[in-house]
Amino acid sequence: MRRFLTTAFVAATVALSPALVSAKTFKWASQGDILTLDPHSQNEGLNIAANLYVYEPLISYDENFKLVPNLALSWEQVDPLTMRFKLRPNVKFHDGAPFTAEDVKFTFERAAAPSSNFKSYVNGVKEVKIIDPLTVDVITNGPNPVLLRQLPVLGMMSKSWSEKNKVTAPQNFKDGEETFAARNTNGTGPYKLKSREVDVRTVYVENQDWWNKANKKGNVTEIIYTPIKQNATRTAALLSGEVDFVLDPPAQDLNRLRQQATILDGNEYRTIFLGMDQERPELLYSNVKGKNPLQDKRVRQAMYQAIDIEAIKKAVMRGGSIPTGAMISPQVNGYTDQLGQRMAHDPAKAKALLIEAGYPDGFEITLDCPNNRYINDEAICQAIVAMWARAGINARLNAMPRATFFPKIQKRDTSVYMLGWGVPTFDALYSLQALVRTKAQGADGSWNLGSYSNPKVDALIDQIKTETDQAKRNKMIEQALAIHADDVGHIPLHDQIIPWAMKKNVNALHRADNRLVVDWVRID
Amino acid sequence: MFAFIIRRLLQAAGVMLVVGLIAFSLFQYVGDPVSIMLGQDITDEDRLRLTRDLGLDQPFVIQFYHFIVNAVQGDFGISLRQGQKVSTMLLDRMPATLELSLAAAVIALVVGIPLGVFTALRREGWAANAVLAFSLLGVSLPTFLIGILLILVFSVHLGWLPSFGRGEVVKIGWWSTGLLTVSGWKHLVLPAITLSLFQLTLVLRLVRSEMLEVLRADYIKFARARGLTKRAIHFGHALKNTLVPVITITGLQLGGIIAFAIVTETVFQWPGMGLLFIQAVQFVDIPVMAAYLCLIALIFVMINLVVDLLYFAIDPRLRAGIGKVGGH
Repeated sequence: MRRFLTTAFVAATVALSPALVSAKTFKWASQGDILTLDPHSQNEGLNIAANLYVYEPLISYDENFKLVPNLALSWEQVDPLTMRFKLRPNVKFHDGAPFTAEDVKFTFERAAAPSSNFKSYVNGVKEVKIIDPLTVDVITNGPNPVLLRQLPVLGMMSKSWSEKNKVTAPQNFKDGEETFAARNTNGTGPYKLKSREVDVRTVYVENQDWWNKANKKGNVTEIIYTPIKQNATRTAALLSGEVDFVLDPPAQDLNRLRQQATILDGNEYRTIFLGMDQERPELLYSNVKGKNPLQDKRVRQAMYQAIDIEAIKKAVMRGGSIPTGAMISPQVNGYTDQLGQRMAHDPAKAKALLIEAGYPDGFEITLDCPNNRYINDEAICQAIVAMWARAGINARLNAMPRATFFPKIQKRDTSVYMLGWGVPTFDALYSLQALVRTKAQGADGSWNLGSYSNPKVDALIDQIKTETDQAKRNKMIEQALAIHADDVGHIPLHDQIIPWAMKKNVNALHRADNRLVVDWVRID
Repeated sequence: MFAFIIRRLLQAAGVMLVVGLIAFSLFQYVGDPVSIMLGQDITDEDRLRLTRDLGLDQPFVIQFYHFIVNAVQGDFGISLRQGQKVSTMLLDRMPATLELSLAAAVIALVVGIPLGVFTALRREGWAANAVLAFSLLGVSLPTFLIGILLILVFSVHLGWLPSFGRGEVVKIGWWSTGLLTVSGWKHLVLPAITLSLFQLTLVLRLVRSEMLEVLRADYIKFARARGLTKRAIHFGHALKNTLVPVITITGLQLGGIIAFAIVTETVFQWPGMGLLFIQAVQFVDIPVMAAYLCLIALIFVMINLVVDLLYFAIDPRLRAGIGKVGGH
């Protein structure tokens, strides 16, 4: 009898509950799965986005990529090497422990651990000093004008929780053991982890005790993330209503989706370009012997001007790209419209330049391209090969999956290659340092795989690293980019447009870093 | 009999060693997981450190030796993609693949055998010819096309069935089953049909041709002359004799279904071992790839052994000559 009454009571409550609670469940999907729930373990876009539902950084970006306070209420540069952060009071982790300066110091040290893949985000930090429970000093090795811009992805972890569960260091693949933090979370953020089935489904629920609940822009109370690898199935899932949002709708389905769903277009902070080997005296993959044609600026310029990027935009990208002459996208600090101007498409001039440089019959060369990394990467390369052929350059296309492509070019085993470069700090130094500066230690020239080298530019970049006067610094950035463009150190192509697809009753804000911030999502 | 089994098991171990060797040597050419794991902000120091940590800088023979020694103890290392133990991952995903494969095999048999008998008995009828024509679709259309077609019709247009995933599953011990929930069954329908179509056609045509041949045999003629009922002849005698090759083929195909449910699992985002393998290949997750290939080799070898034993059980002629016939 009692059992019957209980069941009846529960059934009645369940039946009435939709009227009492407006729970908004948000189901979304993209190609890959969230790799790990440890916020410092994998430096990958989707992984970072999902972990930021649970963990919060000191500083965040708003929708215009301006820095706004998050767990840090305010910050000031007390001296050229020290940034003092005042922390937000009354913030609790999901397990109830308070957020204090100890956790900040712990997080910085964890991210800098040898086994961490998040070291670049705490690059240049010498130590973190605790002044009082709500104040920390971050001390850097040298003046670092972009320190603040490195922090929006660094989620704060609880020192006591990490020590209790033995996860004071991020995943160490050498030991071959899975760590507790890979499947369990404890952050301060707007959502808590409810369940995790690897490669199947990850569910988050609203954190009722979130410190910023009153200002939450969106109304999502539950997030269900499912990876759907196959392109057609992902589209079908959105069309049939089984998911509310798809982060990466396949390009061939966009027209259909525009009719039945909402598509948000926006450019990504990633610029696609070609790099050229300018260091070797003789190219590895060319028929020119005894000299390197790519060392001649005229040849590089010819290759640039032979490319009709508008045709590529129309035919290959179906309108989904923004041609550019700059190595950075418009949202990145340091971009100017003048830098964004491309050299005109001029096949006649290209041919003339080649003749002038001493290649009246052109030459042969191999173009290395990934085929599963950027949007339509292989198709773009095929178009470029055809365009170069008209100018007399016979290029052989070598397209391969990213798993073989990246190791190859990272060994500098290439003559011409395609690369895309995203800028998570939204500041041009990130690109200049990695792509344009001559190779040195650390991040310097780490992706300058053609070994472009100009000492004037190097000097400027080294100053940009430490110059704290904004106006002066921006002028130097503009100068460096202009010299590099003049040298045709790389051949910029375009910025990708990354459309987001969602049901008509979902309102989301597009972000150039391709991260879905769910606490901004409103479901009507 | 005993000696026969022992001999086969030794052969199995040999097969698996060779498979492991070939698989491992192929991995030298599939790419480098380190650059994927470290992403864009990779520095040379980081790359060297991780390469050393993963043991990828050691010569091939050493890597293979470590792999075999660990594998024999059941330790396949941890996945480079997700940091979990590979053996746990495979065990987690095995029920999904096995349930899907068995469902597909059951559909292939339950639909294929009766249809095969039907088309053999009613050879000239229009229905039989329609079934045969339709079955051609099963062999000529690629699996992913069938899957996407079914999703389009039943998920997007009609909205009757879900398009991806496995639905609600119930865990019994370490086995997670979707057969105990309504949503589990709903999710199973389309992938199982997709996966079964090829086998169904195979079984159908095999049963049909075997049955036609058996029906021409002398003992069938004599049974008819003797006055036995049609049913007794067709199902009591003819069908039993056609089943022997059918079982052999189905058994071998079952291994193929399990191993190559990859395409179906990818289309339907079915969380089985096949999908895990595809993701591992893209990420160059070498531990997972190696473990999967060894597991598949083991499954094939075991199934072949079981089929051979079943063969002996069914066919009395072979039981008598076991000493002489042995394996084949």
